[in-house]
Amino acid sequence: MDLTVVWAAIIVFAVAMYVVMDGFDLGIAILFPLFRVGEERDMAMNAIAPVWDGNETWLVLGGGGLMAAFPLAYAIILPALYAPLIAMLLGLVFRGVAFEFRWRDPQHRARWDFGFCVGSLVATFAQGVTLGALLQGIKVSGRAYAGGYWDWLTPFSVLTGISLIVGYALLGACWLIWKTTGVVHDDARRFAKPLSLGMFAALAVVSAYTPFLEQKYYQAWLAWPGVLAAAQMPLAVAVVGVLLYRRIGKGRDSLPFLLTLCLFGLSLVGLGISMWPDLIPGRVSIWDAAAPHSSQVFMLVGAGVLVPVILVYTGWAYWVFRGKVDGGGYH
Amino acid sequence: MNETATALILARAQFAFTVSFHFVFPAFSIGLASFLAVLEGLWLKTGRGVYANLYRYWLKIFAIVFGMGVVSGIVMSYQFGTNWSVFSDRAGPIIGPLMAYEVLSAFFLEAGFLGVMLFGINKVGRELHFFATLMVALGTLMSATWILAVNSWMQTPAGWMVNAGGQFVPSGSWLEIIFNPSFPYRFVHTVIAAYLTTSLVVGAVGAWHLLKDRGNLGAQRMFSMAMWMAAIVAPIQIFAGDTQGLNTLEHQPVKIMAMEGHFESHPHGAPLILFGRPNQAAGRVGYAVQIPHLSSLVLKHAWNAPLAGLDSVPRSDWPPVAIVFWSFRIMVGLGCAMLGLGLLSLWARARGTLFSSPLLHRFAVLMGPAGFVAVIAGWVTTEVGRQPFTIYHLLRTANSVSPIGSPGVTGSLLAFVVVYFCAFASGTVYLLKLMAHPPEAHETAPRSLPTRTAGITPAAAMVGGDAPGGAQPAASPRA
Repeated sequence: MDLTVVWAAIIVFAVAMYVVMDGFDLGIAILFPLFRVGEERDMAMNAIAPVWDGNETWLVLGGGGLMAAFPLAYAIILPALYAPLIAMLLGLVFRGVAFEFRWRDPQHRARWDFGFCVGSLVATFAQGVTLGALLQGIKVSGRAYAGGYWDWLTPFSVLTGISLIVGYALLGACWLIWKTTGVVHDDARRFAKPLSLGMFAALAVVSAYTPFLEQKYYQAWLAWPGVLAAAQMPLAVAVVGVLLYRRIGKGRDSLPFLLTLCLFGLSLVGLGISMWPDLIPGRVSIWDAAAPHSSQVFMLVGAGVLVPVILVYTGWAYWVFRGKVDGGGYH
Repeated sequence: MNETATALILARAQFAFTVSFHFVFPAFSIGLASFLAVLEGLWLKTGRGVYANLYRYWLKIFAIVFGMGVVSGIVMSYQFGTNWSVFSDRAGPIIGPLMAYEVLSAFFLEAGFLGVMLFGINKVGRELHFFATLMVALGTLMSATWILAVNSWMQTPAGWMVNAGGQFVPSGSWLEIIFNPSFPYRFVHTVIAAYLTTSLVVGAVGAWHLLKDRGNLGAQRMFSMAMWMAAIVAPIQIFAGDTQGLNTLEHQPVKIMAMEGHFESHPHGAPLILFGRPNQAAGRVGYAVQIPHLSSLVLKHAWNAPLAGLDSVPRSDWPPVAIVFWSFRIMVGLGCAMLGLGLLSLWARARGTLFSSPLLHRFAVLMGPAGFVAVIAGWVTTEVGRQPFTIYHLLRTANSVSPIGSPGVTGSLLAFVVVYFCAFASGTVYLLKLMAHPPEAHETAPRSLPTRTAGITPAAAMVGGDAPGGAQPAASPRA
C-alpha cells in the first residue's frame, strides 16, 4: 500500500471536513448583517457557538498535516500565497474573538459583530483565492517558490474567492434552516434561494474556466476518453442543484444542508479530477513532496487511532447540542 | 543593512511577536484548565456551593483566554510555512509529525469538549460535564507535551540524519526524537511555570477582593488555594529551573555563557555576575558586580572548577548576549519574588492572618502579572540563547527563512501588530473587567445575556462587593 496516497487522502479529508464544518460557521457570519440586531443575531450566533472551535481545528490539521506529510509542498505553497494566507489568519482572529467579546461588551457589540462578519468574509475570500491561485499554478525553482508577491492575484483567483463566499453563505443559510425556528428560519430559507442560484452559476463559471488554465486540466476534462467520465460531473451537479432549489422552499429542514454538502462533495471530486496526482499543478506531485516513510508510518499510527476517536467525540458534542437552538442562548 | 539581512530580522521580529503574544494565553489556560478541573471535582465531592461559584467565575475568564489562545495559535501553525519555509521543508519530516500529533491528540480534544464545558452543563449532567472539563485540561497538557518536544528537538536535536534532499529525517526511533535530551527538563519547567502563573493571577484576584471585603468567602477560597499552590510550586520551580540550567550547560554551553555573561574563560573558577552591562562588540561585561567562584559552584558544584567562556567559540556562533543576560535575570528575579510571596503566605497562614493582612494582599496583587513576565523572559532566554541557529548547530536562522522580501514581511508584521493590539487589548480589558467583579454567591453561567449578569437573585445583589461598608462578614455569600 502506498502510504503517500493514504496521506494525500487524509489531507483531503481534513480539508473537506474543514470546508463543510467551518464553511457554515463562516457563512452564517457572512449573512450576519442581514439578521436583525437582538434576538435574531443571538440565535444565529448560538447555532454555532458550541462547535466553531472544533470546526476550525480541521484547518490546523490541514495546514499542520500538509507540513508533516508533504513538507516540500507546504514550504512552496505558503510563501506563494503569503498575502491571502496572512489575511485569512487575521480575519479568523476577528471571527474567533467575536464569539466571546460581543457578550462581554454590550456597548460595542455592533463593533464586534462587524468584525465577526468582515473577518469571516475576508477569511472566506482568502481561502477561495488560495484555491484559485493553487489551481492556476505556482512558479517553482528548486525546492522554493520563485514568483512575486502578487502572482496569486488574477481574475480566476478573484472568481474562486467570490464563489467560495457564495458557497459558504449558502451552507450557512442551510445550517440555519436546519437549526433554528421562527424569523431566523424563515429568513434563512429566503436567503438560500438566490444563494443556491449563485452557487450554481459560480460552479458553472469556475468549471468552464478551469480546463483552459493548464493543458493537463484540458486533458483530464475534455480530451477523449476522459470526457466520458468527466461529463457525468456537470450532470450530477445539475441534478443535485435542481433538487436543492426545490427543497429550499419547502420540505424537511435538514435536506437543504445535506444537498448543499453534496454540491460541495461534487466540487471536491471535480477538483480531484483536475489536480490528481499533483499538489502543485504540473510541478510537484504528492510523491515529490512526500515525507519519508518513517514519518508517514509514525503519523499514520496516530491518525488511525485518533481520527476515529475525534469523530466520535465531535459527533457526541454535536449530539449534545442537537435540535433547534432556543432563542435566549445556552444556560 | 542589506535587503536579505533586513528581511531576516523582520521575519524574526514577526515570529517573536506572534509567538510571545500567543504563549501568554496557553501559559494561563494550561493552569486555569487544571484549576477548573480541581474546582469542579471539589464541588462534586463536597457539594459546597462556593466551589461551583468559583468554577463559574473562572470559566467565564477561561472562555476568553482560551479563545484568544486559539486564534493566536492558528497563526503559529502557518507562520512556519509563510516565513520559515526552508526550515519547514528541511525539518518538516521530524517536527511536522510531532505537531500533527499535537493537533490530533490535543487541539481536537480541547475544542471538542470546550463547547460542552462552556454551554453543556444543563444538557449532559454534572458527571459528564466534569469529564468534559477533565478532557479540556488533559488537552492543554497534551498540547504542551508535543510542542515542547518540537522546541526541545530544535534545541537539542537527536535521532536525525540528512537525506538526499537535504531534509532532516528520522534515523531510527521516534522515542529518541521526542525524548531528546532537553525535553523532560523543559516540559517540567514550562508546565510548572503555567501553574505558577495561574496561581499568581488567581491569588491576585482573590487578594484584590479581600482588600475590599475580607469576608468574601469566594475570594478567601481562591486566595487560599492560590497561595498553597504558589508556596508549594515556587520552590519546586526554582529547583526545576536549576536542573534545566545544568542540562543546558551540558548540551548548549554557549547559551549558559551568554546567560552568565561569561565572555572570558575562567580556568580557575568563574564568578557569578549579578549585574553589569554586557558589551558584545568589546567582548566583556562592563560595571560588573560579581561574586567570585560562585558560578563554578552553582554550575559545577566545585569552587575552582574551570568554565569556558565565549572567547572559546567563534564570534559567528555567539547569541545576542545582552538580551539573554537580562531576560535571564528578569526571570530569576521574579522567581525569587514568587518564592517570597509563597513563604509570606505560609507565615500569614500560620498566624491566622491570611485573609486579614492587607500588606500580603497588596503584594499578591502586585505579583499578579509576574508569571507572564517571567514566562516570556524565560522563553526569550532559551530562544535567543539558541541563536544564531534554528536547529542548534545544524541549521542557521539565516538559512531557514522564506524567500519573501522585506516589504512583504514588513506589511504582514504591521498587520499583525495592529490586529493583535486591537483584538487582544480589548480581550485583556474584558478579562480585567471580569476579574474586577467580585465572586458572587450565585455566579451566572458563561454567555448569560448581559441583562442577567447584574444579579437576578436577592442574594447576589446583597453581596455586591462594590457597596460601601460591604466588608461585614454577615454580608458574605452563603457557601
